[in-house]
Amino acid sequence: MLHIDNLQAMVTASGADKPILKGLSLTIKAGEIHAIMGPNGAGKSTLGYTLGGRPGYTVTGGSAVLDGEDLFALEPWERAAAGLFLGFQYPVEIPGVSFVQFLREAANAQRTRRGEPALSGGEFLKLAREKAALLKLDMDMLKRPVNVGFSGGEKKRAEMVQMGILDPKLAVLDETDSGLDIDALRIVGEGINAIMRKPGKAVLLITHYQRLLDYVKPDFVHVLAGGRIVKSGGPELALELEEQGYEAVA
Amino acid sequence: MSELALLPTRKDEAFRYTDLDALAGVWPVAREDILVPSGQITSLSLVEQGESAVARHLVIEIEADAAFDLRILNTGNMFGRIAVEVKLGERAAFTLGAVQLGAAGETLEIVTQVSHEAPDATSRQVVRSVLGSHATGTYLGKVAVARGAVGTDAGQSVRAMLLDRTATANAKPELEIYADDVKCAHGCAVGELDAMGLFYLQSRGIPPAQARRLMLQAFVAEAFAGAPEEERLQVLALAALEQIV
Repeated sequence: MLHIDNLQAMVTASGADKPILKGLSLTIKAGEIHAIMGPNGAGKSTLGYTLGGRPGYTVTGGSAVLDGEDLFALEPWERAAAGLFLGFQYPVEIPGVSFVQFLREAANAQRTRRGEPALSGGEFLKLAREKAALLKLDMDMLKRPVNVGFSGGEKKRAEMVQMGILDPKLAVLDETDSGLDIDALRIVGEGINAIMRKPGKAVLLITHYQRLLDYVKPDFVHVLAGGRIVKSGGPELALELEEQGYEAVA
Repeated sequence: MSELALLPTRKDEAFRYTDLDALAGVWPVAREDILVPSGQITSLSLVEQGESAVARHLVIEIEADAAFDLRILNTGNMFGRIAVEVKLGERAAFTLGAVQLGAAGETLEIVTQVSHEAPDATSRQVVRSVLGSHATGTYLGKVAVARGAVGTDAGQSVRAMLLDRTATANAKPELEIYADDVKCAHGCAVGELDAMGLFYLQSRGIPPAQARRLMLQAFVAEAFAGAPEEERLQVLALAALEQIV
């Protein structure tokens, strides 16, 4: 599914280049859920943005291959059509553009690129309604401008609705659990399971805390520190981290 | 602002950013008078979508308790100038919603003078410009509130989006107030498309040009919101946007 080999990347901010990822390797097979944990500044969000192709995040070495496709040879929108979904820690507000219009254009742009027929208006709305119900998000919210006026929890649920509609192979979810109350955490967790816990799919959860992992049980847990993975293990590693902290474990 | 037969120069404030060579080709500009009689409500959609040069000069008088809704789509011409003079009677209402979409070396301009000459009249101006390549988009808008025109409520919202560093936007909302107890608001902003928004849309599979078009469509939509011919205008604006993104 996803094979990351010796990935090195830097972030350019205010004209200065800063190396963040320093030789990160990770293999995720279809059907697996992996969690990446790590202290602040370890490079967790950089990993997500680098895979997604955000401007300002430059790959300086290594590779990432998703189902045979070299991600770094593709533009961000092409990576999405190749099956990558990036869940944002801070979903972006787009004034004036409704979720419904945005997601229909996104779904159909992906389909067109893959050579699949476009969804009709009716088919799309049926799909959107189904996924909104799954995440307990009022369908009327999707008629509003993208993320504008949404609470933190609503934004994260809307991200999962997007994931449900776009139906990716691999979801990289960057702190999808931040800003969620206990009920929303459960809804989002169950949503991830319902959408992504399937044979041909995989998830990379980027998180600080164990709590999301109570709902979305990872098969593997990795500790990211200093731009590379310093320790890997099973779900028990997350519990160990929660108890003892990063410094003691990694 | 009466446009005499003599070709204006750059010293003339209303022609400061004009493409004077192009203007010479369409000079003198015929004055078009519109009278909205007392109590009547009318509207006009002006779509200037040519490929050469055009200049219009509208002089509108809106009598007491009358309302006039003017929408403008100014795009495609190498030079497109629309000058609008409005005189408002008591409790009269004027709405302007204008969109300028410029590419190549086009010069597009909207010049307005709205005179509140009697009490309790309302004017609303929303102007949105999208400018790429070497285009220049200008809005010069003066709101004049005469002595005694109390209860005036005037608003100007002017925003321009530059798609390239080589494009130019000029915006000058201006107020001249000689009455007390009036409400006049103006806002003006020139910017670029939000890079994070563009990445967000692309991360969902939308190609860059389509992402830009989606954001710009939302940006200009405000100018046509609530127009009697809103749907037609939005469709025309979208088609024009697709040419410049």
